[in-house]
Amino acid sequence: MTMTTKPFATTASLMTRFGVAKQLYLIDFTLGAMKRRTGRNVMLFAVYLAIIFILGSVMLFSHAIRREAAILLEQAPELTVQKLRMGRHELINGSELETLRNIRGVRRAEGRLWGYFYDQATGANYTLMVPSKHAKNHALNEGETIIGSGVAKAKGIKQGGYLFLLSETGKLTKLKIKQVFSQASALTNADLILMSEPDYRRFFVLPTGVYTDLSLSIRNKREIDKIVEKAAKKMPQARFITRRDILRTYESIFSWREGLLLALLGSSLIAFTILSFDKASGMSAEERREIGVLKAVGWETSDIIAMKFWEGALVSLGAFLFGVALAYAHVFFFSAGLLEPVLKGWAVIYPRFTLTPSLGGIQLATLAFFTIVPYTAATIIPIWQAATTDPDEVMR
Amino acid sequence: MIKLNRPSHMAVLMLGTGAIALAAMIVHARFSHNITQVAAHASIVKELGLTDLALFTEARYTRHPSQADLHTPFQDHPLSFDHFPSGSLVPPQRHFGGKNLFAPNGAKRP
Repeated sequence: MTMTTKPFATTASLMTRFGVAKQLYLIDFTLGAMKRRTGRNVMLFAVYLAIIFILGSVMLFSHAIRREAAILLEQAPELTVQKLRMGRHELINGSELETLRNIRGVRRAEGRLWGYFYDQATGANYTLMVPSKHAKNHALNEGETIIGSGVAKAKGIKQGGYLFLLSETGKLTKLKIKQVFSQASALTNADLILMSEPDYRRFFVLPTGVYTDLSLSIRNKREIDKIVEKAAKKMPQARFITRRDILRTYESIFSWREGLLLALLGSSLIAFTILSFDKASGMSAEERREIGVLKAVGWETSDIIAMKFWEGALVSLGAFLFGVALAYAHVFFFSAGLLEPVLKGWAVIYPRFTLTPSLGGIQLATLAFFTIVPYTAATIIPIWQAATTDPDEVMR
Repeated sequence: MIKLNRPSHMAVLMLGTGAIALAAMIVHARFSHNITQVAAHASIVKELGLTDLALFTEARYTRHPSQADLHTPFQDHPLSFDHFPSGSLVPPQRHFGGKNLFAPNGAKRP
């Protein structure tokens, strides 16, 4: 019995069998046609790329920062209690702590001391805070401080040096810098200055026994609403902020900001849409003639549509892939530097933070859908209309 | 071996490079999640009891949006316009204001 060996199919034959070779020829032809209008196509690609880069940057930044905020603020106090007078935040008396501790389910209640300080020397706003007694890693003696990286940069100081602050009463406070928070954690503490309670009270001339607000630690998270209800009866003038409220606030901030930036970009998007539709749908007489000639020499309608599909796909897919890649690098490797002026406003201290990279599948799909599909459709539809008519009529 | 001597080959190569870059981004995003670093930052938030991000430091209602009362943007005058640029990026809180402003926790007042 003899065995016959079947020769392996060559790459070329495989490509022919699956129609790849034909598509490659179509791409060759399309690129040749595009080359005749190089300036126009290059300009279109550049604008397309820029639009996707900006949109992608905003989307990636918003998604990443929303995720980061959710992870970090999940550790915020379970309940914060503020005193309000005439709708404004006021110092709260420490005697309220006992009232809150007596509510069943409250594990710990402590007063928080924090406030703002405008430094005339640098023009920056700092957040001054006293670390909790339970903060073992940030415990401070009198005369010591821990500062955020933004403060260190604004003042030009470093660990081991001294921080000088001119208080509102005109007295100079000198604090030894025990530690500078790393730049990696700047998102939460860039403008923070930690100091001991005696230093803080002396600096702001605060009497003992009053606090900025109170924070509560609660044993069972499901009891928070009930505890708020009980505490509200005992302290009718207080405002209660739960961790859920904080997370919701940030969720709405980032949704708003993303929406705002996208709305600002809306005008440029509309301009681009008009440009692309004009370019893609408004066929020139030359293009119509070209289609007529192709049909006359035997090209099928499907071939012409495939050729134009490649034109749309190459431009839009190329712009999408490279635009997203540039946006990713911009947000995660260059700290979204181009968005910084929008976010910074008039602030002197802006945290230089690197976001944890994250790429949302839904966002990518949305961006792809709203950029690739309309352009490709705008390219194909008028061609289909022209390609299905009689060549003689098209050429006329 | 395919020779890259035709425009179509170059185009496919370009698109392929872009697709590989996209795949690399997905892989990078998935594996560069530094749990230790995020946990370290979260522990600072927990220990110090921080409530807000230090994104906008120019005004107190943008530095601590979750803690500021509704009147702070109009601290200078009840009818004054909010004059900090960040004010346009930080909306008023959803859960604060309206009935909550006058009756804490939504409790109905007579």
